[in-house]
Amino acid sequence: MIDTAEMLKAFAPHRGDSIVIPGRGGRHWTQISDQPNRDLPVGDPAMGGHASFGLGVALSLPDERVILFDSEGDVLMNMGALPTIAEKAPKNFYHFMLDNECYATTGGQPVPNAKNIAYDVIAKGSGYPATYAFDNLEDFATHLEEILGQPGPVFVALKVNPEVENTPIGARVRWQTRSRTQVIDDLKDELGIEGP
Amino acid sequence: MTQHGEGELSPEVVMAEMKKNGVTHVVWLPDSETNFLYLLMEADPDLDLIPVSREGQAFSTAAGLTVGGKKPVILIQNTGMMESGDSLRGWGLSLNIPVVMMVGYRGWTRHGVNTDTAATYTERFLNAFGIQYYLVENGEDAPRISVAFEEASRTRRPVAVLVGDEYHGFNR
Repeated sequence: MIDTAEMLKAFAPHRGDSIVIPGRGGRHWTQISDQPNRDLPVGDPAMGGHASFGLGVALSLPDERVILFDSEGDVLMNMGALPTIAEKAPKNFYHFMLDNECYATTGGQPVPNAKNIAYDVIAKGSGYPATYAFDNLEDFATHLEEILGQPGPVFVALKVNPEVENTPIGARVRWQTRSRTQVIDDLKDELGIEGP
Repeated sequence: MTQHGEGELSPEVVMAEMKKNGVTHVVWLPDSETNFLYLLMEADPDLDLIPVSREGQAFSTAAGLTVGGKKPVILIQNTGMMESGDSLRGWGLSLNIPVVMMVGYRGWTRHGVNTDTAATYTERFLNAFGIQYYLVENGEDAPRISVAFEEASRTRRPVAVLVGDEYHGFNR
């Protein structure tokens, strides 16, 4: 199992100018990122949508490398997004998926068939040209340059330690420092994108 | 090629409205009567078609495209729109995404009596979400599509176009 914060720290030197959608890793990434205006920490607008959101960002900005940290719960909820990503095949899209085998934000209940799903195989079968799976940080770090050095879409499944929350949502400390719409507006300003 | 009668909502007219409003991407899941529109879109080099396998994916995809400065339109059926409620809420409304969704109004009839609950709940669903909508039934109604695009852009919200004819489906 990989510690999510340590994984993101290992990734950070490879980030370059990539646009990063930190997804479920947002609480850690906001502490690590040195280019917050190129990040899209939109939190969880609606579960299951991150992969499609990342696809849209990648297709709309073909000259930017787009990195998504998705989760297995999100992928399970909208697994049909994988064939769409594979068909559109954005060469600038890198799809990392954090697999903690549970719904951590609701108390840690297991996802269906939690310990027996090969997400990299599902991605490969959906048409991703390159897929990986890692369950330890060392192997992941060793392969990062290779992963990011090839054209996308690339899918990377990562077994991570669950960070279970079990306090009522209203009582949790917010890690977001900007609103979702502010995050988007900041990225648009950074990239010089006009329009609503 | 299908022959379209005068006054009907032709796929060519819908395409012209999309082009006039600068649509770059069509995020869509086929519905029962849009195949001729699909063939037109597929042949257009300026339109990028993004097929989804569940309508909720359309809203998050459109949100991502909008972030990057593109102008998507969502093309789905009312059944799928209703299934997509949380995606519409989270990825459309809460991110202020100015997207037009063209929604095949399955079950709608001009005389107001329908036997399809898909039609029964369509406008109630949109009203519950506070989504403005415009009914388009024939070619004369087509300018309402531009009204929807203008309103989505101005309000930074999703706006619906209900296609009451579904390209010559239910009102024959």
